[in-house]
Amino acid sequence: MTLQARNVSVALGSTQALRDASLDVQPGWTAIVGPNGAGKSTLLRVLAGLQPPDSGEVFLDGRSLAQLPPRLRAARIAWLPQHSDAGGDLTVREVVHLGRLPALGLFTAPGADDEARVDGAMLDAECSAWQERRLLQLSGGERQRVLLARALAVGARWLLLDEPTTHLDPLHQVALVRLMRRQASAGTRVVSVLHDLSLALLAERLVVMQQGRVRAEGGSGDPALHAALVAVFDDAIRIVRIDSRWLAVPHLAT
Amino acid sequence: MMELDRRRRRRLAIGLAVSTLLLLLAGLAAGSEGWSVPQLIQTWQGADGALIVGEIRAPRTLGAWLVGALLGLAGAIAQGLFRNPLADPYLLGSASGASLGVVLVLAASAFGGQVIGLATADAIARIGLVAAAFVGALVGVLVTLALARGAQQSTRLLLAGVVVGVVLGAASDLVTSAAPDALRGKQAFMLGSTGFLGWGSCAALGVGLLLTLPPSWRLARALDALTLGVDSARSLGVALPVVRLALVALLALATGMAVSQSGLIAFVGLAAPHLVRRFAPSTHDFTLLASAAAGGTLLLFADVLARSLIAPQEVPVGVLTAFLGGGYLIWLLHRGRAS
Repeated sequence: MTLQARNVSVALGSTQALRDASLDVQPGWTAIVGPNGAGKSTLLRVLAGLQPPDSGEVFLDGRSLAQLPPRLRAARIAWLPQHSDAGGDLTVREVVHLGRLPALGLFTAPGADDEARVDGAMLDAECSAWQERRLLQLSGGERQRVLLARALAVGARWLLLDEPTTHLDPLHQVALVRLMRRQASAGTRVVSVLHDLSLALLAERLVVMQQGRVRAEGGSGDPALHAALVAVFDDAIRIVRIDSRWLAVPHLAT
Repeated sequence: MMELDRRRRRRLAIGLAVSTLLLLLAGLAAGSEGWSVPQLIQTWQGADGALIVGEIRAPRTLGAWLVGALLGLAGAIAQGLFRNPLADPYLLGSASGASLGVVLVLAASAFGGQVIGLATADAIARIGLVAAAFVGALVGVLVTLALARGAQQSTRLLLAGVVVGVVLGAASDLVTSAAPDALRGKQAFMLGSTGFLGWGSCAALGVGLLLTLPPSWRLARALDALTLGVDSARSLGVALPVVRLALVALLALATGMAVSQSGLIAFVGLAAPHLVRRFAPSTHDFTLLASAAAGGTLLLFADVLARSLIAPQEVPVGVLTAFLGGGYLIWLLHRGRAS
């Protein structure tokens, strides 16, 4: 069970978003962090098979991701976008049901097992209560939880989440962290791009990116990784330990 | 809300079925002296009853429903495919292509010394005009696809459609300026009419609907996935290159069939899916079917109205649908502003 990016480079227009980036997704929960424009979301899109690299390659279980049929790839890797431009008239339940598309394809009717997975995903993302409301009637945070449930309903082995805490209040940010940990301990490999460094430091592993390159990776308690993190943010943060937790706090130079 | 949604869908389906039946009857009854059921019975019992009702009104009425159904279906596909509630079936160059096809045939016949018009064309000339419009519509879409380098990027496809519409429209104007006799025929085509629809047209339109409705319905879940965005649809394993091309082909076929038989009928393709979503918002499997039914009902209503408003004269049905559709959009804008 492996997902590996090998020397991947991607140019988006005149911007070099990724430069020779490599990453082996490890078991558990991995957080990708770095300054704006570091290439975090692009790396996640490349890993999800949504952005073809200009050079380098991504391998899923040893096979080139680009060669996999779209449905097979989608059944293995679920992806949550950073910004959703979801529209239409679908209800929450109908949106979450779309998560079963990789398993069912376009022409197979869902069965009892699919309904159970949809129910479970909505329960996990805490959006069952408004399953009959339309997506467009929800607030940003509520919508984010529905789209997360859609990603969970895939039942994929890799869960790639791009800024999953966007629009979420602290209560639901904590719930999301618990959910990612639960997913990880159940065997799903979770990779999330996070801007909130203190939330990211709750992950088992961190990947630190800067200017399209992977600068460092390692366990979230690793001092060398903390040093790299401080360096990519130009000394604007400090990593401190409070109550056995690592926290990133702003550092105001005097 | 699920139960409410189901009730709304049921209500809309029943409403469409009942109004279609009533309008079919009205279509059979509507003649040059207005319309009523006693008049229909009287006409039927008259010497030319079978001819008037069986050969003129019945195919026109059924044909109008079929044209409207194809436009309604095409509109629902276009709005789902482009994720834009204001998309209409003529976006991809089919209208200007069909118009150019008709103008070329009319101009060629004028240069050959035989002036034909849409109203005066004999059966063979009519088949030629229908074929020219159909081929023109498909060529318009193919040129759009070629310019957009496929159906992968909605924005590029829409821009290419606009460019093709302008260029083919200009070409059509150029031809009519060289052959002014074709101008009247072009104008009649642009206004749209159900007056020439016979049983042959109904058969062609029926085949068109059979060829486009079931496969579109089968792709409804791909349209649902597209509501989440292109990347989300791809991440769900939807093979967008194939699906998009199939949807564009179905859109082109449905529009080409409708346009070739009745000319450019405005707003039905835009308004039918809009009305369906307004009354019963749903997944695309229902929206596609209901939009086809709503398109048929709308055009049938407009056709009966066009025949009755200033009987024994007729208002061009395309003009009427433009007024009705325009009025609906203005009402929507007003409502939006008020709320």
